Amino acid sequence: MKTKLSVLGRVYTFLIYFFLYLPIFVLIVFSFNSSNSRTIWSGFSLEWYGELFRDSVIMSSVYTTLLVSFISALIATVFGTAAAIGFFNMRGKMRTHLLNVNNIPLMNADIVTGVSLRLLFVAAFFALGRAFGAINGFLGTHLPVSFDLGFGTLLIAHITFNVPYVILSVMPKLHQSDRNLMDAALDLGCTPISAIWKVVLPEIMPGIVNGALIAFTMSIDDFVISYFTAGSKTQTLAMAIYSMTKKRVTPKINAISTILFTTVLVLLIIVNIRSLRQSKNNDAKQKKGILK
Amino acid sequence: MKSRAFAYPYVLWMALFVVAPIIIIVVYAFSASDGSFTLDNFSNMELYLSVFGRSFGLALIATITCLLLGYPLAYALAHEGPRAQGIMLMLIMLPMWMNFLLRTYAWMSLLEKTGLINRFLGLFGIAPLNMINTPFAVVLGMVYNYLPFMVLPIYSVIVKIDKSLLEAAQDLGAKPSTVFTRVIFPLSLSGVLSGITMVFVPAVSTFAISKLLGGNKTMLLGDLIEMQFLGGSYNPHLGSAIALVMMVVVMVCMFVMNRFGSDDEQVVMF
Amino acid sequence: MKRKIVSIVLVLAAVMMMLSLSSCGKEYDGEINVYNFGEYIDEQTYKDFEEEYNIKVNYTTYETCESLYSVLKLGGADYDVLITSDYMIGRMANEGMLMELDWDNIPNYELIDDKYKKLEYDPEELYSVPYMWGTVGLIYNREEIDEEITSWGALFDEKYSGNILMFDSPRDAFGVALSYLGYSLNTTDEAEIEEAYELLVQQKPLVQGYFQDQMYDKLESGEALLGAYYAGDYICMLENNPSLKFVVPDEGSNWYVDAFCIPNSCENKEAAELFINYMCQTDVTLANMESTGYASPNTEACDIYAEDLDESLAEIMFPSEEVLSRCEVFLNLPQNILDLYDSYMVKLKA
Repeated sequence: MKTKLSVLGRVYTFLIYFFLYLPIFVLIVFSFNSSNSRTIWSGFSLEWYGELFRDSVIMSSVYTTLLVSFISALIATVFGTAAAIGFFNMRGKMRTHLLNVNNIPLMNADIVTGVSLRLLFVAAFFALGRAFGAINGFLGTHLPVSFDLGFGTLLIAHITFNVPYVILSVMPKLHQSDRNLMDAALDLGCTPISAIWKVVLPEIMPGIVNGALIAFTMSIDDFVISYFTAGSKTQTLAMAIYSMTKKRVTPKINAISTILFTTVLVLLIIVNIRSLRQSKNNDAKQKKGILK
Repeated sequence: MKSRAFAYPYVLWMALFVVAPIIIIVVYAFSASDGSFTLDNFSNMELYLSVFGRSFGLALIATITCLLLGYPLAYALAHEGPRAQGIMLMLIMLPMWMNFLLRTYAWMSLLEKTGLINRFLGLFGIAPLNMINTPFAVVLGMVYNYLPFMVLPIYSVIVKIDKSLLEAAQDLGAKPSTVFTRVIFPLSLSGVLSGITMVFVPAVSTFAISKLLGGNKTMLLGDLIEMQFLGGSYNPHLGSAIALVMMVVVMVCMFVMNRFGSDDEQVVMF
Repeated sequence: MKRKIVSIVLVLAAVMMMLSLSSCGKEYDGEINVYNFGEYIDEQTYKDFEEEYNIKVNYTTYETCESLYSVLKLGGADYDVLITSDYMIGRMANEGMLMELDWDNIPNYELIDDKYKKLEYDPEELYSVPYMWGTVGLIYNREEIDEEITSWGALFDEKYSGNILMFDSPRDAFGVALSYLGYSLNTTDEAEIEEAYELLVQQKPLVQGYFQDQMYDKLESGEALLGAYYAGDYICMLENNPSLKFVVPDEGSNWYVDAFCIPNSCENKEAAELFINYMCQTDVTLANMESTGYASPNTEACDIYAEDLDESLAEIMFPSEEVLSRCEVFLNLPQNILDLYDSYMVKLKA
């Protein structure tokens, strides 16, 4: 009974993986096609890769994407960790309410987040422009009176949707941590900041790292929110891809998919080989311990 | 200094960039283009009831399909050896690192009339199937894109179920099917619920999937909202009203659903 | 775990260093944001402009005039140069969204044929410089379709069910239906527009979908067999699929001028005018004609281009008076009619 089930399970798993990877496989194969057809194979070539690297719009969009993901993940991690520690030390009701607000960007559809931030930015630009204009007229200063969407607004939007993920992954670690340790540190004369730095942070580190990685991933994958908040000259890779899919098709898209895919694959393999080795070592150690 | 003060900067941030935008959406939804108060945006919405119906319908189908496909996979994954689990999980997450537009775009080449699937079927003399630019293609796109969001939370819950509980149930004479329905499934419910949330919300509000795979014929709420802001028919007030209604309906659904589950939500990815 | 992070961060930092070195090596004197239809320029031309004047060009594209209008209206995006269609320029000028041009900065305006000046959308020559012009027609695959098509009727014919492509842009889509019904493209008679809407509703089950720039791929590959689209783009498609044919149907059609204009959000008007002037140069115009397949209003460029052009192509690029007399220009419509179009278009797709 059990083996039959597991054979079935294997077949099933294989089919699902086939479903997941078939389109990606097709994309990759046709990135090496010598004509620009997406479905008819006409010979091997690396032409599209050359075209891709010469395409300054795409290259600068890759740069923007990495930059905004990196900075927003970094800021969101610091912000989110601090906020999680703060929330954790709040009293019941206050904490529940704030956590509910914190959950809004998670529960909300991306398009609503994107649209609402766009409206906020536009309204804020208008108000700021008016205010600065008045100040300029009054004091003769030269504050800017017109603002535009761009990297700044994109970054704010990304931080906004990233922080909740960090909080969500740090919170459980705080719950698991031992409260007495912090109290002990305080009793022994630590200031609260150094107590947090030396006692709490090391304990919740895995949660922080996990949160940072989720934030980074979410930023890289985001399209909808960026689309509404990036403005006229800043473009993330996802936005560049979107405008490419709507235009005349070029296998540059396939080439970029292939590069993304292999980069991530190689990164994951490196990371996993390391951790596999570690776990193997641990296994070995444990076995030795048992033998003793 | 109290350590709760650490949260204050973020509380301010939330007020500015989470709460204020929602207030603005509400203001837009209840006003006309000249700024006066009106309910017209809502009363005009019956025109778009079919879009609401279609969006929720297709998203529901996609969510159920994801659950039916994803649960057995999560279950099978959780019963592999630890090393295989690591690799298989990695393989589930890998496509998520590629942009969802690329993943959706890939299906275009497969589903088209002159696409690869039809070419393949043609080898056996099967007449081309009409797949692209149909609601089916849109649902397929949703399932393909969001399946990992269903598998991961379910997996992370199943894998934590205490094996001795299952053994106890078996020892007490429960059939495998009873063990599943009475022990495993109830224990994995929180994963199922968060999976449903993570699939349903993006599916109901997607835009771009229906553009690429639905030929702009299967309009969904996301497309309708986008049209009012940056697309073909400019009316941010109506767009805000539609977004607001969608938001409320989704929140109510989630709230009702989460009543049935535990509320310790947690995202696990790595 | 720590090592994992360190390695990821290092790789990222390295990639970003490389990218920043390759992309940001240059200091520009200025920057302009240009917004154009997709597939409507030789991308080398604006890169040459960057080189020559040391002004950075952020070039992005949109699909329909209506979406351009939305983006500008919603605010927050600052474009310096727009390329859009006649009726949309009329609408934006009416609503005070455009800046008046300084003709001293655009001497190349002289190169443009008077035929394309002072048209109804910009009667006083205040806001726009014509870029390209052309007609809307029916493109079909002669290899798969065994008849000469001369009527819009083919797009509503059940015989071609599942093989038809339709415009996503509202004026163009309604334009086809109105032409077929024999009404003016600029009708303000709500009953006529409703009739056109009913026709489009009936057509919906027959069409593959509503597209703009995706048409290229679908018609070239034979994924679809017929559709309404622009003449210039047909000439580009022909290079990849010689069995395509283009016809301006007997019932009449739309002819249009697309032009440069400068929106109020422009912050660097002189650079924007410099760009427009550069694009009107005859050599640049020739490059753009070559790449887009559209006819320019620059007579000198057209004459040079027509010299070694195939006659059948010349007829499509520079249609005869007889063909043009069947065609009508889109005009800006009153607000209530525009609202009607909007709601019908949403209802059609919903």
